[in-house]
Amino acid sequence: MTNPSSSQKPGRAILAEIKAGLLASLWICLLAFPLMTLEINPSSHTISFSASRLPFLAGATFVLAILWRFFLRRRAFQGVSKAVLKSEGLPEGLIKGPKPTWLTVVMGSRFRYPVLAILLGFMALLPFVSPPYLVNVMVKALIYVSLGLGLNVVVGVSGLLNLGYVAFYAMGAYTYALLGQYLGLGFWVCLPLGALVATLMGLLLGFPVIRLSGDYLAIVTLSFGEITRLVLTNLDITRGPRGISNIRPAGFFGLDLNGPIKDFLVANLGVDKDMDINKILTYFIILGLVILTIICVFRLENSRLGRAWLAMREDEVACQAMGINKTRAKLTAFALGSTWAGLAGVVFASHLSFINPTIFSFMESIMILSIVVLGGMGSIPGVILGALVLIVLPEQLRAFSQYRMLIFGALMVLMMVFRPGGLIQSAREVYLHKLGGQDGPQGGPAGGAARIEALNGAGRPVEGDGRG
Amino acid sequence: MADLRPAAGQAGHAGDPVLQTRGLSMVFGGLEALNNVDLEVGRDTITALIGPNGSGKTTFFNCITGIYRPTRGQVTLFPAGLPAIGLKGLAPDVITHHGLARTFQNIRLFNNLTVLENVLIGRHTRMKAGLWGALFRDRATRREEREAIGHSFELLVSYGLDHMANELAKNLPYGDQRRLEIVRALATEPRVLLLDEPAAGLNIGETSSLRDLITSIRERERVSILLIEHDMSLVMSVSRKIYVIDYGRLIAQGPPDEIRRDPKVIKAYLGEE
Repeated sequence: MTNPSSSQKPGRAILAEIKAGLLASLWICLLAFPLMTLEINPSSHTISFSASRLPFLAGATFVLAILWRFFLRRRAFQGVSKAVLKSEGLPEGLIKGPKPTWLTVVMGSRFRYPVLAILLGFMALLPFVSPPYLVNVMVKALIYVSLGLGLNVVVGVSGLLNLGYVAFYAMGAYTYALLGQYLGLGFWVCLPLGALVATLMGLLLGFPVIRLSGDYLAIVTLSFGEITRLVLTNLDITRGPRGISNIRPAGFFGLDLNGPIKDFLVANLGVDKDMDINKILTYFIILGLVILTIICVFRLENSRLGRAWLAMREDEVACQAMGINKTRAKLTAFALGSTWAGLAGVVFASHLSFINPTIFSFMESIMILSIVVLGGMGSIPGVILGALVLIVLPEQLRAFSQYRMLIFGALMVLMMVFRPGGLIQSAREVYLHKLGGQDGPQGGPAGGAARIEALNGAGRPVEGDGRG
Repeated sequence: MADLRPAAGQAGHAGDPVLQTRGLSMVFGGLEALNNVDLEVGRDTITALIGPNGSGKTTFFNCITGIYRPTRGQVTLFPAGLPAIGLKGLAPDVITHHGLARTFQNIRLFNNLTVLENVLIGRHTRMKAGLWGALFRDRATRREEREAIGHSFELLVSYGLDHMANELAKNLPYGDQRRLEIVRALATEPRVLLLDEPAAGLNIGETSSLRDLITSIRERERVSILLIEHDMSLVMSVSRKIYVIDYGRLIAQGPPDEIRRDPKVIKAYLGEE
């Protein structure tokens, strides 16, 4: 066992750990005593007592407690900051920027384009070789990736806790459903319109919450989400709780995809014969949307605007003192975050072909927030992984569906204790620079005598996107 | 270093006011935190504002940087060769854009961002790219970004923080965090730099290097400095003029030698005999 307090004798430390573990198991046994030992027999109206399960509970608790303490200690040991190392007189070479992770290593190497190409190829082939069920799950997961990345702009990057994000998702979905129903507008017209409506609603919500932050902001956005759901439930035009059905799937140049095209795909590409080809199209639409989102969010994060958001998250007073217009930063974050919810909403409506207000409940906002938190606040790959874990895994583990929320809760607690930064913690852009040479680069720093080249980790120019 | 301002001294002489307050008052409920404060910061000089704890020094900073809106009075900036600007009632970010930059008594860095990013955020007000530039990364945006990064690195090199450029700000030793906060303020290209107790929490060695830092900033950046400080030896050695404030009122002003002997100042600091 790694024990940071090296002054203690190891034997005694282990003894102390065992004692703590025993205490924990005793405590749990006491707490769960009635639950584990008393059995009510409804048919004979008797209560029977059996202590046979207690030893198992005690043993399991003991092992878990020891593991828990072990990992906590190990984390405390690893968490010794570099600043402390320096103040302890350790060499300054230790202070050399963030530790590389497998992700930054791969994305910083020359293999990053091949790796991305393989990944993209895999994603593109997936719907042609997989059963319809899996395509449905993937569409759902990708919708959540897009939602997660959008919310990440608001919560992860800008630090504005938005608990009503689902409202903008609903705006997008209902925009398409209503415009399609009443005006006969198609998917491709409604996609930008849905985004526009959600963006405008984001702005609208933004104005009253400009002065709020933290808990107050969370409460107001939560109310906004609920108000939206209630309005949708009570309006005649949205057909209230019955919702809107027969929403058309996305069109493809007016072709009937389930006609000859399907026959061709089934015959030549081995597509499952029960597959709805419209779903494959939806899959590619949402895949394209996710890729676009990733590019946009990445570029935003490493721009003047994105840095303003980050500064606002870190310290609102200091960000204003640095000349950042807080009002504008907040409004743009809210509005832009909502844009992706709107886009995802339109795709969602076309995918499911039926929507009603109960779909857009508060739990859905919590789900999207969990994706961001579990994946890693402010981390793009983290949010993608978070969405895949939280959407695909429950689908695959349907056998355990009774315990889903239990596992979900336990997972969240463990994550927050041991990896509060999320599955893939957000890494900051790394800039390297060289001094030397006489000729300044084109458009280099005005009047700079020394040649300064700003490079990132792998020695590529700054405008490259080598972020992990 | 990129300097967009006309060189100081062309239009204004050293010692002319660059920042001036007239009758500045701030009332919180019934409490008068500031009462008719008239203060001038001379161009290219270091001016100090001292006073016992709770005398209103930080309130004064918050009033001129727009965090508080002063109840009465005027704050005026005199940029060299440009018309005077009234700062009262402007938003903090606008005031920073006009050329006032500050540090905070309790360090307020962007802790989870790197040292370089902290300085880059300081460049914000001198950059232009908006949403369009961020999403499409046109040539102008790329060039601006490159220049900002170069400028920030130069600042870090000048003030000895470049070896930690990619370290998170929160991992820096305390003294370096103070230094970084000053560098971040300098990145906004201020006309007047406001330092709120920069020596708080520093040991003797760090305070002495802070003294060198402050004097070298004044020489290198052609910036006027207004300093709030408790450390008397630091204040006496760097500033040309000292203002003393107590219970929100100015009780003395003058060069260090006079202030040191002023009975009102001694009384405010040490109490009645």
